[in-house]
Amino acid sequence: MSEVVLEMKKMSKSFGKVTALKNGELVVHKGEIHALLGANGAGKSTLMKILSGVYRQDQGEILINHEKATFQHPSDAKEKGIFCVYQEVDTAIVPQLTVAENIMLDRFSQEKGWYFSRKDLHRQAQEALTLLDVNDIDLNQAASKLSLAKKQLVLIARALVQTTKVIIFDEPTAPLSHREAEKLFHVIRQLRVKGIGCIFITHRLPEVFAIADVVTVMRDGCRISTVPIAQITQEMVIEQMLGEVWHEERNVLHSYKRGEEVLALKNLNLGKLQNISLNVYEGEVVGIAGLVGAGKTELAKTIFGNTPAASGEIRVSGKKIQVKHPKTAIACGITHIPEERRKEGLFINETISKNVTFPQLKKYVKGGFINRKAERKATEEVISTLQVKANDVDVEVNHLSGGNQQKIVIGKWLSSEAKVYLFDEPTKGVDIGAKREILKLIQQLAKEGKAILYFSSEIQELLTVCHRVLVMYDGKIVKEFAQKEATQEKILLYASGGKEVNHEGPIDRISI
Amino acid sequence: MKDQLIAFLFKYGAITLLILIIFYFTSVSPFFLTYDNFSDILRSISIVTVLALGVTFTLVVDGFDLSVGSTMSLATVFTASLMVWYDLPLWLVLLLPIIVGVLVGLFNSFLIVVIGIPDLLATLSSMYIVAGLYRTYTEGYSIYNHMPLTSGGTAIGEFSNAFLWIGQGHLLGIPVPVWIMIILVLASYCFLNYTRWGRIFYMTGGNAEAATLSGVKVKKIKCMAYVISGIFASIAGILFTSRVGSGQIDAGAPLLMEAVAAVFVGYSVLGAGKPNALGTFFGAAVIGVLLNGLTILNLPYYAFDIIKGTVLVLALAVTYMYAKNKFSTNSL
Repeated sequence: MSEVVLEMKKMSKSFGKVTALKNGELVVHKGEIHALLGANGAGKSTLMKILSGVYRQDQGEILINHEKATFQHPSDAKEKGIFCVYQEVDTAIVPQLTVAENIMLDRFSQEKGWYFSRKDLHRQAQEALTLLDVNDIDLNQAASKLSLAKKQLVLIARALVQTTKVIIFDEPTAPLSHREAEKLFHVIRQLRVKGIGCIFITHRLPEVFAIADVVTVMRDGCRISTVPIAQITQEMVIEQMLGEVWHEERNVLHSYKRGEEVLALKNLNLGKLQNISLNVYEGEVVGIAGLVGAGKTELAKTIFGNTPAASGEIRVSGKKIQVKHPKTAIACGITHIPEERRKEGLFINETISKNVTFPQLKKYVKGGFINRKAERKATEEVISTLQVKANDVDVEVNHLSGGNQQKIVIGKWLSSEAKVYLFDEPTKGVDIGAKREILKLIQQLAKEGKAILYFSSEIQELLTVCHRVLVMYDGKIVKEFAQKEATQEKILLYASGGKEVNHEGPIDRISI
Repeated sequence: MKDQLIAFLFKYGAITLLILIIFYFTSVSPFFLTYDNFSDILRSISIVTVLALGVTFTLVVDGFDLSVGSTMSLATVFTASLMVWYDLPLWLVLLLPIIVGVLVGLFNSFLIVVIGIPDLLATLSSMYIVAGLYRTYTEGYSIYNHMPLTSGGTAIGEFSNAFLWIGQGHLLGIPVPVWIMIILVLASYCFLNYTRWGRIFYMTGGNAEAATLSGVKVKKIKCMAYVISGIFASIAGILFTSRVGSGQIDAGAPLLMEAVAAVFVGYSVLGAGKPNALGTFFGAAVIGVLLNGLTILNLPYYAFDIIKGTVLVLALAVTYMYAKNKFSTNSL
């Protein structure tokens, strides 16, 4: 086995009363792709933030090339050759600068001297891209014009112009299409050849088995195991992550007879959305499949009135409605669980109780004042129905894990008289346990006769929970499948434009 | 240790400071800790507090109204002119300036909500526009009883006793402006903390996007906050006119900083961490006690801005250092 480049020993970190990391351990060798797995709250982000110098550990030590390293600041970590490619690439890219300048950005900030040769800059940037086997990015282009996937490549190139020893990839494929992800894997394999240690964090297990050499699983702030990929299976990984045996749930749909039509869209147009027509019936879960950028989120926001449609009509229970603002949509019985939970769904610095009761606040007003007792009772009900892990209704939402936060977003609408639920990627970034509960909850809502639109790019989930699946591509609905006829391959085919022939066989996109 | 200190200062900083100041001034001056002096302090902070309440409302919805000082000056000279120039009945003298405040609030919301200028810049601009307006209106003069008019002759009206009672009178031994301040502070506190609208205000400020998606018309809420701010500034202006018995030009300008400082000191009263009505009152009290004590110690008035500015910086420092710590520990 090759040389150890990075070692993290007995790392611990707590934030106030919350222990995020108890015993984090990680050993990465030169030229190794090391997958770091764990459910939400397992401590992997904390471990990585310590490694990249964002946090300081309470205890434990970091060894780089067998030398002890302490990081006070992210720049210290960079100096030691630790580089991180974050999921939100836009925070690390300067949009006004060219690709070449972005690649060389860290050099600007570190090197002394006043003068930069433009030619040198281009030559070095070009070298970095060539090393990565990337040849379709123009160095003179403004970085703002690049696609998300290409911005990632620019960031990786930026790491390469440094003496980088370890690159952390934090869920890099989450926003990528399948083809872009393949391309990224190719690049990561190039890095392996160069002898760089890659730490790869993802929620998609098949990707791990496609690319990783070694897997470390974490749970509850501790390392559970580190094994070569050949000695472990998907089931074992999930078992270790959850600490229990996992049964894949499929076809647990309740039998359902088509009831009355609840939601009908006819020729809806707005921006990239073209002639969207669809119907959802009582008790039905209709999936909207599509890759990132297909227009799913836009459609959800249009139905909800956040971005009102330019033309077309929306009917709820046969009645035509005009939604110019979410307020009208809510009054008509439509609810929306937005994709960007922290940004759009939650008041992150407020208590669970204030979040949960907010949309229905009128219900809790007595004589002009809010009845705190009633509020508390209603919140406790939501917490117990959704099994939110929280000690009290007055806990700030900030302190909850991703899955529990998502339950709060859903909980906001449980007490309403809603007929239509729009779920936009409700399982994004939540762990498998919470995911299971959320899917169960959606089925429960359907049983109660609600009409549900489920927007997701996770095809496996759509197949589990939906009675029908509509596939979106480039702002249009291109295909409808009944649950029986839908398969991953077919949906993926249409979602990627219908022309792509899939040579690679079934791609299992179970994600965790 | 450092974190704990900041957390402590954040929770009890304003109150500790208030107590320390009171102890200090009591020890150096026999005139400080007397009923008359405290009644005086309360009366002197009443106008700033009312002004600061308006700023509080705009900060609650994540805005910021810098035009309150000018609006108060406008209300001051306008109120005086209604009495002195036009000799209008009292109810009109009280009502019309408030309508003017509403109009300034609507103008601010138009700039911010409809056109989309950032709050600080929009209200900075309207601060100058309003200042220009009232100076033009009085042609640069202050307004007083029987003043000579530029059109010849003298003004027909004078300040009535009923009007002057608002700013100078007593009720149950307590100055009337103090009563008005107490009522407005409590009303604002109840509104913001116990009613549905208050909740909507805070949520709008906390996350406008999420509030919209919960069915809140965010633009309307912001507009309401600026209108409320305009109304409070006008009330402060009326109180000022009545207190001094004349329409002083530029009366509100120096009070802007005091009001803003009061609100930010208020962030760290009992660890609220956000703008709140009671905190604003405490903030105004801290500044009022400080200035009063320094006056007793004969600090020249032209040095007061150093003190006010320093208090604001300290309040901001504690608030932002606390926020920084809090957010770095929260983002797990």
